[in-house]
Amino acid sequence: MSVAETPAPHRAPAVETPFRRFVSEFLESRVAACALLMLAVIIALAILAPWITPQNPYDLAQVDVLDSRLPPGTKSTSGTYTHWLGTDGAGRDLVSAMIYGLRISLLVGVMSGMIAMVIGAVVGMTAAYAGGRVESLIMRVVDLQLSFPAILLALMLIAVLGKGVDKIIIALVTVQWAYYARTVRGTALVEARKEYIEAARCLGLSSARILFKHILPNCLAPLIVVATVQTAHAIALEATLSFLGVGLPQTEPSLGLLISNGFEYMLSQKYWISFFPGLVLLITIVTINLVGDQLRDVLNPRLKR
Amino acid sequence: MSAVPTLQVEDLKTHFFTRAGVVKAVDGVSFEVMPGEILGLVGESGSGKSITGFSILGLIDQPGRIVSGAIRFKGEDITRLDEEKLRALRGNRIAMIFQDPMMTLNPVLRIDTQMVETVRAHADVSHTEALERAREALSLVGIPAPERRLKAYPHEMSGGMRQRVAIAIAFINKPDLVIADEPTTALDVTIQAQILYEAQELCRKTGTAMVWISHDLAVISALADRIAVMYAGRVVEAGRADDVIARPIHPYTHGLLGSVPTRNQRGSRLIQIPGMTPSLLDLPTGCAFAARCDRAVADCRLEQAITAPVAGRRVRCCRPLLEQVAP
Repeated sequence: MSVAETPAPHRAPAVETPFRRFVSEFLESRVAACALLMLAVIIALAILAPWITPQNPYDLAQVDVLDSRLPPGTKSTSGTYTHWLGTDGAGRDLVSAMIYGLRISLLVGVMSGMIAMVIGAVVGMTAAYAGGRVESLIMRVVDLQLSFPAILLALMLIAVLGKGVDKIIIALVTVQWAYYARTVRGTALVEARKEYIEAARCLGLSSARILFKHILPNCLAPLIVVATVQTAHAIALEATLSFLGVGLPQTEPSLGLLISNGFEYMLSQKYWISFFPGLVLLITIVTINLVGDQLRDVLNPRLKR
Repeated sequence: MSAVPTLQVEDLKTHFFTRAGVVKAVDGVSFEVMPGEILGLVGESGSGKSITGFSILGLIDQPGRIVSGAIRFKGEDITRLDEEKLRALRGNRIAMIFQDPMMTLNPVLRIDTQMVETVRAHADVSHTEALERAREALSLVGIPAPERRLKAYPHEMSGGMRQRVAIAIAFINKPDLVIADEPTTALDVTIQAQILYEAQELCRKTGTAMVWISHDLAVISALADRIAVMYAGRVVEAGRADDVIARPIHPYTHGLLGSVPTRNQRGSRLIQIPGMTPSLLDLPTGCAFAARCDRAVADCRLEQAITAPVAGRRVRCCRPLLEQVAP
């Protein structure tokens, strides 16, 4: 890599905080910048769903069964809407259903990602701090957890717990906390050996304070990277579960459920019901992964340029 | 000078029980430090000087532990204190300064956060009050514009500035004893001179006793009131700094002083001590230095410790350099 090829972004001589440097390094990659913008659009769509969708797909008064399976670009029988991407088997406008589906998919992914992160971080920190038998026990549980196929474990849990947004979040958290725990423990062990932790011990600070105020913030970088990737995984896993018919109830269709709903019409040339939700799911996951990749490159000290 | 030494280490033994065997990192170290006094603890790498420092703070990790001996802090043996009481001493009555200022400040926390938490870990004061003390401590170590430095992150400061901050943190709770583990080794000589001056000033002003650990005899001779020379986990010679420098009695101290380059010796060969420090896993009986000592006789290999008959000195040698003059 030559020096001339990468012109350093000479901005105003502002104070270079770690955050600003992080932002400028992140935006160095054009792909990552686009992915971040795309992710922002996706999140905005999901949040603003009730205000921007032409139809509320959950409101039965607005949905007409006569409109079912209309191809993209047709007008509804009542003449109220143009269904730009067609309608699904229940007569729901696909654009609206997809945006609402995206909302649920993201909600489930982000919620389970966050909860799993908190649980994993606490467990991982405890393991790293306690050491000895406690650490061995925790890490063996983590190993056991990670050796199970995620989809199998999630299916079993859903079978026991039943359907519902809360149930699926519980299942996803159970499947994913171990990744966070392993990452945090590894980083915490490395950080704990550094001299500033020794110095903090010499200052007579309490263990809890050293653990959460000194070690944890230094473990955040890998944690954020794992969180992005795992959130994408959670969304994909939820879609899989919904596709298999064990995820979310029909009344709250996520992207996976929309794909599943359209699947039976695939062979009768009504491709759109499955295709468009699938496309949105793909774009969402790829976008999150692209952002995650760039985060990993920027936050990984070993790849520092 | 008050009668009670701030720190009195008596026959301290800190051993590490490794798979390869028992590493006698510190094996019978004794010294004392009076209030306001600076003791220079000199020795090569692996002579046990840093482990001595950590033993005093009670921060010896597995598989090491203090096997025997006493560490009396203002008359009280702190080797018997429980962890909670030790923690109350650390950073409060006994503080530590480390070698590398690039590594000892938490990179993600601002200076004010790190200073305020040190104050509030030991004193029940408000955030504002703690911040005021932090500002005082920073100006005490000669940091200009402390207000701005408080808001800075460690990476925004130079090495010398960071070491000053580390020293300010060590002195913030007005400790009775500061242990400095080679705090100027990583710095430029000009910065080193400033830091040495600040350290001396602080000890004189506050009456804080200091143990300055270093391998650099030049630094120690400029700074310390008294010197203890360590070799293979033992103090081989201790006495007033001027005396030890002017007239080393132990052959090791003599060799060490001869190894310091000066401009008068340009072109000529420096005195070298042949060989290497012995493995702490397998120390010979008798004097650990005997194998490298040109004055060694058969008696040196016997299990004994002889105190040389010089007033104000403690020397562990059976053939001390009593008749010789300065190197």
